[in-house]
Amino acid sequence: MIRRTLLATAAAGLTLAFGAPAIAQDTTKACFVYVGPIGDGGWTYQHHQGALALKEEYGDKVEIAYQESVPEGADAERVITQMALSGCNIIFTTSFGYMDPTNNVAAKFPDVKFEHATGYKREHPNVSTYNARFYEGRAVVGHIAGKMTQTNKIGYIGSFPIPEVIMGINSYYHHAKLANPEVELVVTWAYTWFDPAKEADAARAMLDQGVDVITAHTDSTAPLAEIAKEGGSAWGFGQASDMAAFTTNDDGTPGPRIASIIDEWSPYYIKRVGALMDGTYEQIDSWAGMPEGEVVIGTMNDAIPDDVKAEAQAMIDAITAGEYHPFTGPMNKQDGSAWLAEGETADDGTLLGMDFYVEGITGDIPN
Amino acid sequence: MDLGNINPVLLVASLMISATPILLAAIGEMVVEKSGVLNLGVEGMMITGAVIGFIVAINTGSPLLGFVIAAVAGAALSLSFGVLTQIFLSNQVATGLGLTLVGLGLSSLLGKPYEGQKTATLPKLDIPILGDLPVVGRMLFSHDIMVYVSLCLILAVWAFLKFTRAGLILRAVGESHDSAHALGYKVVRVRLLAIMFGGACAGLGGAYLSLVRVPQWTEGMTAGAGWIALAIVVFASWRAGRVLIGAYLFGGISVLQLNLQAAGMTWGVQYLSMSPYLITILVLVFISSNRSRSSHDAPANLGQTFHATR
Repeated sequence: MIRRTLLATAAAGLTLAFGAPAIAQDTTKACFVYVGPIGDGGWTYQHHQGALALKEEYGDKVEIAYQESVPEGADAERVITQMALSGCNIIFTTSFGYMDPTNNVAAKFPDVKFEHATGYKREHPNVSTYNARFYEGRAVVGHIAGKMTQTNKIGYIGSFPIPEVIMGINSYYHHAKLANPEVELVVTWAYTWFDPAKEADAARAMLDQGVDVITAHTDSTAPLAEIAKEGGSAWGFGQASDMAAFTTNDDGTPGPRIASIIDEWSPYYIKRVGALMDGTYEQIDSWAGMPEGEVVIGTMNDAIPDDVKAEAQAMIDAITAGEYHPFTGPMNKQDGSAWLAEGETADDGTLLGMDFYVEGITGDIPN
Repeated sequence: MDLGNINPVLLVASLMISATPILLAAIGEMVVEKSGVLNLGVEGMMITGAVIGFIVAINTGSPLLGFVIAAVAGAALSLSFGVLTQIFLSNQVATGLGLTLVGLGLSSLLGKPYEGQKTATLPKLDIPILGDLPVVGRMLFSHDIMVYVSLCLILAVWAFLKFTRAGLILRAVGESHDSAHALGYKVVRVRLLAIMFGGACAGLGGAYLSLVRVPQWTEGMTAGAGWIALAIVVFASWRAGRVLIGAYLFGGISVLQLNLQAAGMTWGVQYLSMSPYLITILVLVFISSNRSRSSHDAPANLGQTFHATR
């Protein structure tokens, strides 16, 4: 598909060079590199929804192109280069592992804009980074998890031990602990973003050991499918996407998905491509969350008692209004040393480089 | 760390389920390789089986029918590989890789409308007496029927290759297709049948993923299971019993490392995850360095093109 687009664009480019160059300004081509298939029902699906919303917003003024299941690493560099060659004006690379490839390609194409999701390297003026404050969503589901657990054991399926994930674990645990001081957190690392069978196995291992509320930081719906086998005695959350298909069990009772953290990328994509079209585009490091509508909590279903729903909603409102920061002291690091004093909130730099657990989490972060 | 949290009964039970897809695919591929054909398209046939099985189960409400049709679909897809490599004499490695790509693409196309849907899954068998035994009952006798089908298949393949005349012919074709041809055996026909058996097994393995292990369809859901099945065949040095050991080892280690993590162990988990691959490499080094153990080696004509006029 990409090759065909490349040829088509090359042909179009030739026509334009000899014809009317002004037409080139009329369509902006936005391209997306996805780490998984669109059909993962989670991370990549949401990015694609953002891309579709972009097309919806600007209609014929925008052309979108995408490539699915691009491995992180050298292959990504090839794909991004090909996109830059094929006439993309702005390229969104939507996974942490595309950080170096994005910057490498950006050096060679100074006229193309690059937007890398969840990374921190902006080595060239044409590279921006964007991320969402998922830890705000983790705080809300952490609170729900602390209230819902019967065994006082809650689980977290980690992908890779990077700051993004550690931030989520800390936020989830901290708020579960505030809701239920007895709670204990079990973390398992899957070392993959997308492998449904392995994600299901990770959920199974935790369920077998008495964990009854699980949140996942991987991309597929498999953990929810595994939790569903417990038939209403264990709960989980939609991750990245709403995963509404799991809102009710086969017998009609609510569950196993009791709420979800939705990554809503469309406002950002629309804003950035809009800026590119009207000439106000500049390099940025965007980290938006609930106030900007980029992190959304999906419908809480009826398995959650009304008072817990109300508490969760109050937290959502407070975060959205900017009145509450999920990392507000007093908080200690895992080794007991002080991190945040009473009322102090974490700064973004510390969060983005987070490499420690907060007090109360057992186990070490793998290297 | 609290290893007491790991319940060995549940651990064994979940490793059997976890290993079944790769076990099915590996035993099929072993028969294919025994006949002298290297089919690298296991991943493609598995995922085709996964999507077809899922579609059939959704539309008919019968997971068992899903398995049957998935096996047929896997066999049909593998037949295209068979025709290309056995009749048109194309390169087996390249055709096999092509088959994987076709399978991945075809499955995502066919599966699009079925994403996010839920299907009926196979019930756990309720085996009288055996299922009520303490410990062993929960561990070994409380699974769905496909787990036992896969075990029977291992036994059947072992017996077929060791005791039957047809098995002997299949092995002869794999060891020396020219000699087998000279004796009047239909090399191409034997190989086509073996390839179709391999495809059917891979289809079953894929359907087990989408219908039992992760009861849903997600694009790309095999995530490399087909390649692991290929590695297991090598690990098993082309012996049915060792395919079983290999598949349970691969499945077991992946389940064990997740359980160890859930029990609070963080050190060395990565090493445990990579150990099956390391063991495969070590087995390869071992069998290829020791000529006197030639019986452990690959079929002599593995991957070679056969043409009767040569």
